[in-house]
Amino acid sequence: MGVKVSLGVSLGVVLAIVVIALVGGEVSALQPVFGIFVPYAAFVIFLVGFIYRVVDWGRSPVPYRIPTTCGQQKTLPWIKQNKIECPSSTLGVIGRMILEVFAFRSLFRHTKAEMASGNIVYGGSKWIWLGALAFHYSFLIIAVRHLRLFLEPVPFLINGLDLVDGMFQIGAPTLYLTDLLLIGAVSYLLVRRLIVPKMRYISLANDYFPLLLILGIGISGVLMRFFIRVDIVSVKELTMGLATLHPVMPEGIGAIFFVHVALISTLFAYFPFSKLMHAGGVFLSPGRNLANTNRAKMHVNPWEYPVKIHPYEDYENEFREKMKDAGIPVERE
Amino acid sequence: MAKNPEYYESLNIDYKPPRGNWMDRPVDIKKGIYCYPARPVVLENVGMNDRSDWGKYWVVEDEDWELPDDWKERFLNKMRDMLGKYRTFKIYMDICVRCGACADKCHYFLGSGDPMNMPVMRAELLRSIYRGEFTTTGKILGRLAGARKLTKKALKQLWYYMFQCSECRRCSVFCPYGIDTAEITIMGREIMNELGMNIAWIQESVSKCIHTGNHLGLQPQAYKECIDVMLMDIEDNVGITFEPTFNRKGAEILFVCPSGDVFADPGIFTLAGYLMLFEFLGLDYTWSTYASEGGDFGYFTANEMAKRMNGKIYAEAKRLGVKWILGGECGHMWRVLNQYMTTWHGPIDFLEEPVSPITGTKFENAKAHKMVHIMEFTADLIKNNKLKLDPSRNDQLRVTYHDSCNPARGLGLLEEPRYVIKNVCNHFYEMPENTIREQTYCCGSGSGLNASENMELRLRGGFPRQNALRYVADKYGVNMLACICAIDRAALPPAAQYWNPDVGVCGITELVANALIMEGEGPRTHNIRGFEIATWEPEP
Repeated sequence: MGVKVSLGVSLGVVLAIVVIALVGGEVSALQPVFGIFVPYAAFVIFLVGFIYRVVDWGRSPVPYRIPTTCGQQKTLPWIKQNKIECPSSTLGVIGRMILEVFAFRSLFRHTKAEMASGNIVYGGSKWIWLGALAFHYSFLIIAVRHLRLFLEPVPFLINGLDLVDGMFQIGAPTLYLTDLLLIGAVSYLLVRRLIVPKMRYISLANDYFPLLLILGIGISGVLMRFFIRVDIVSVKELTMGLATLHPVMPEGIGAIFFVHVALISTLFAYFPFSKLMHAGGVFLSPGRNLANTNRAKMHVNPWEYPVKIHPYEDYENEFREKMKDAGIPVERE
Repeated sequence: MAKNPEYYESLNIDYKPPRGNWMDRPVDIKKGIYCYPARPVVLENVGMNDRSDWGKYWVVEDEDWELPDDWKERFLNKMRDMLGKYRTFKIYMDICVRCGACADKCHYFLGSGDPMNMPVMRAELLRSIYRGEFTTTGKILGRLAGARKLTKKALKQLWYYMFQCSECRRCSVFCPYGIDTAEITIMGREIMNELGMNIAWIQESVSKCIHTGNHLGLQPQAYKECIDVMLMDIEDNVGITFEPTFNRKGAEILFVCPSGDVFADPGIFTLAGYLMLFEFLGLDYTWSTYASEGGDFGYFTANEMAKRMNGKIYAEAKRLGVKWILGGECGHMWRVLNQYMTTWHGPIDFLEEPVSPITGTKFENAKAHKMVHIMEFTADLIKNNKLKLDPSRNDQLRVTYHDSCNPARGLGLLEEPRYVIKNVCNHFYEMPENTIREQTYCCGSGSGLNASENMELRLRGGFPRQNALRYVADKYGVNMLACICAIDRAALPPAAQYWNPDVGVCGITELVANALIMEGEGPRTHNIRGFEIATWEPEP
């Protein structure tokens, strides 16, 4: 099973969801299933699953404090410590985590090593960092923008975000920058997996599937906004119903909307069972979220147990005569 | 200045992986890459899994690895147990997104081009078993979810590649989630230990260390003799005589260093450095023949064995009634000391907070652990003008510094060694920034892989470091590679001999000792290696 199967199956599943939603969305009797039941179910799976996974991780203790130190330790007062990359306080750890979570600090270090006439050469390579950043932030902003569908009145901040995101006022309705960014970034991440041989070698269906899913979400969203228009008033009626737990199924929402919702629901439901859980895991990663203070402050391991240490007494019993001959002091002559 | 060895030009390692799915790869175990398994008899005396209850010695080339009937159960039970004990393990099995940032960061991958040496793939070897045996989606979707069952083939691959990782943690610096391949290798090795699948080089050292106190198996009189030999060298080359003490009760400080420094060239000159430095200071300290090992090869087998071996240091400090402990130049020793030791044995209330008796400096960063790194200790001495130094005695040396992996990424000791070098040498040059400090490369032989039968692996793994060294050798005429790790001092010379035949290897304290103006010294025409200073050109 190579790339073809992994990619093919992932694409097949995404397309199947699209077709099912398209067909189902046309049948008015099925519309409540796709518009109400599926989103609710997906959201519950996401919530319960996410919490379960995080709690499950938390059940395993952190026996040893083993952060990777990426800077100078706290030591003699005249040596400047790197308080972020080698933190010795909670504040430093928070700083390190903020940089990691919001700026992808470690990914920023990425360099590319290549072989050139017998030497390894290192090239700065910020594309993966930039691509990942563009992807995550545009996705976040798009998600926040969508809150306008679940809130009434729409908060000032979300309206503001909408304005900024559409500031170039290209076309009508205005084109959102984040839409372009998201589709561009996801495509980059996908193409990178397919054309870079190392990436192709390490990629699994679990890697292609979420990318294709998100690409599908982006494309269906853009289609709905620009090409296959849906009745936005009815959509808001539906989403407000969902948000207020009084779901209603208005008439006349186009099938493309159900495709969009089905793909998003799939993403939500898939999330807790997949690598997407890195969103929760990054906060719990002991490689980053601990201070390098073992020598100053004892870290306690809840399951530590005493072990048999070869006692000095046995050592001396074994070597006493030799020690005496060599003039090494002994406990018992 | 010497030219690049010829084979450099023709060296072309292909970093492009083959086509197809890695799970279809056959078990392809090559001579020169793997280490020999341990003989069962070695382990009988330390109570570690010795295979005696089911089988015999196993040979890597054989089809049958002499596994017990219930090997799968043993493996999976151990794995389940460790998943419950280590959050690291569980999270690192779950959250990798295969972004590929780690792929070209491993020295073994860069030196061999073997795609399974990309850290992500090394981890996937274990992760695929985790998915196939422990997760519902993996059990249902199988290979589609990157999952596979635990088979003999999977086990053999796992063994082969877990002993091609030196636990240097370079990849973890670049991982966006801080996934630490060293941690995964540590887990993998401990699980396989349940099946008696460790290597001779590691387990024989463990076995010796338990009884004699050091990896080399030096009995107390032999340990003392080694040091006596260095005292004679010091007498010859420096013109002073003195007698350090062993196992002395009531000393203020216990000194512990890796036993490699006591026995093997060029580590013995680092040892001479320790001796001269402490003599210069008139330090009230003692050596111990019982706690005669700072390193901990137990750490490369299982957590419990690591703790058993490490425990002797505090036990001896307590028995001798010292105030605190000074630790020598060693890599994984300091990772273990910093990140495990206090948790294993603490709280340490029978020792005092370390204070330098010479400068009065309190080492507050070590107030719970009670151990100080010799580089912290020496940097503090120099800063307070307590050493009389003549750096011109090292003028024949053009020095660069190899950050030993563990002090860099498991302790954060970056500036102290540089400060010391700059004060005892006039010519110091840094290697390229992608190869030093937290991005430093492994010597190629860490984590117990410095055996002889795997020399190809070691030379390949040593290539990225040696390539950076080549760069400064060509550019600045660097002829000495300083480091603070005993495995470095054992592993860098053969690698340098191959890749950089005009560069020598030394510990920093050796450089300190050469610059140190001792009271009552004779004419210092020779360095502590016995070579005439003015004409000496170091060779590995």
